[in-house]
Amino acid sequence: MALYSEKVMDHFRNPRNVGIIEDADGIGEVGNAKCGDIMKFYIKVQDGIVSDIKFETFGCGSAIASASMATELIKGQPVEKVLELTNRAVVEALDGLPTHKIHCSVLAEEVIKAALKDYYDKNGIEYDPALFPDEHDCEHCEI
Amino acid sequence: MNIYADNAATTKMSEAALNAMLPYFRENYGNPSSLHSIGQRANEALWAAREDVAKCINAEPKEITFTSGGSEADNQAIVTAARLGAKKGKKHIISTAFEHHAVLHTLNKLQKEGYEITLLDVHENGIIFPEQVKDAIREDTCLVTVMFANNEIGTIQPIKEIGAICREKKVIFHTDAVQAAGHIAIDVKDMNIDMLSISAHKFHGPKGVGALYCRKGILLYSIIEGGAQERGKRAGTENIPAIAGMAAAFKDAVAHMDENAEKIKKIRDILIDGLSEIPHGILNGDREKRLPGNVNFCFEGIEGESILLLLDDKGISASSGSACTSGSLDPSHVLLAIGRPHEIAHGSLRLSIDENLNEEEAKYIIETVKDTVRLLRGMSPVWRDLMSGKQQFITK
Repeated sequence: MALYSEKVMDHFRNPRNVGIIEDADGIGEVGNAKCGDIMKFYIKVQDGIVSDIKFETFGCGSAIASASMATELIKGQPVEKVLELTNRAVVEALDGLPTHKIHCSVLAEEVIKAALKDYYDKNGIEYDPALFPDEHDCEHCEI
Repeated sequence: MNIYADNAATTKMSEAALNAMLPYFRENYGNPSSLHSIGQRANEALWAAREDVAKCINAEPKEITFTSGGSEADNQAIVTAARLGAKKGKKHIISTAFEHHAVLHTLNKLQKEGYEITLLDVHENGIIFPEQVKDAIREDTCLVTVMFANNEIGTIQPIKEIGAICREKKVIFHTDAVQAAGHIAIDVKDMNIDMLSISAHKFHGPKGVGALYCRKGILLYSIIEGGAQERGKRAGTENIPAIAGMAAAFKDAVAHMDENAEKIKKIRDILIDGLSEIPHGILNGDREKRLPGNVNFCFEGIEGESILLLLDDKGISASSGSACTSGSLDPSHVLLAIGRPHEIAHGSLRLSIDENLNEEEAKYIIETVKDTVRLLRGMSPVWRDLMSGKQQFITK
């Protein structure tokens, strides 16, 4: 059996929405180079819709594919949808990830939420802080 | 293009090995312990193989014990020296920080049993000084185990000098020669080696078979109990086809060692020179004192697994020491041991080539790696931060 599904390989080989947005409304970055994974998302919001989204990733094949898939799931959606996005949804959309790669989808969920939080903060939009729990603890990064 | 550049992981079996194996599956398939002729023919093959393997390293046939591979040989050698040491109250072992896990994990186990382990620093070039061994040896040292050549970065250790020190201090010296055997010359007598591990599939032999050389006078401790095979030192019916294949492959590799090494080194140097053109990359391991077929680089701002997947798409099989390829959180312990920070150790690429790789293929590899590195850096936030000066480059 191949390590990754065809969907993962497709998003890895042809990642969607790669790049940056110079005048982004929100930017999120999660991960740590020490751990070998960093994701950075840029979003543009217009009339409550995520009108544009771009990403950059330093990481393995599944990290790149997870980020790419997350951008596809969110682009054109109302910002509230971002809050509903789960890592599980990213995994399902990719037709699964190997167990030891699930954390890549967690990063994708976290980074898009971090970008939304940044958008809220920059625009003085009030929100319930509980919607954005602290980034997951990575024991490794504490060292 | 279909280019296999992962020979340090395993090799394609040679014709010589395959042909040597075939008669022992369906013709001379007897058990070498049986008295009848078909069994005795298998027994003859076993002893002929033992003689061939011994000759390849200048040992005596009786000093060779066949095992299931390099890992088993390493385990048995270390446990033997540890048990012998314990009898005399000596429970200190010296090794290096970048040994294969077959050695390191065995040492970890012994440490839990009360042994004291000293791991020597391997420096940035991946080579230890014999003096380090001399300084580390104590009254209670029962074993020095230092790999002949490193599996990831290919660096070759001063084995003969280390052996001489151990001989003088009367400490057992074991070397894991899994990557060296069949590729560089080994003479256990001249190099003062007491125990040495080899694995057939690293020199175009079959998988699942290896050997442990143990100098006469050192009583091997059996780690697999059962029948009296291998003079009671390794139970289990001998894998005759594999053993015959290993002997044939080893003989073949040793017979062509010089011409192959010259050919492989030339291509290796083309690869090293070509890949050195990539900015902010660094060669891992000493430039000269390395295995003929080993090339290992770290590239800043990218991660190894993505490099491998993209190379695979272009028909190139390679390997990496990134955490993602190891299934653990940490990148290769070898790269960390030579002082590469985590950040760049994740972006490593190992190419291990054999004599079949030609110049045209090497150039294709260089161009493809350059394109791959450029592509991945183009989507890396780390690379962007490095380029904008937000983060400092570690390499030139």
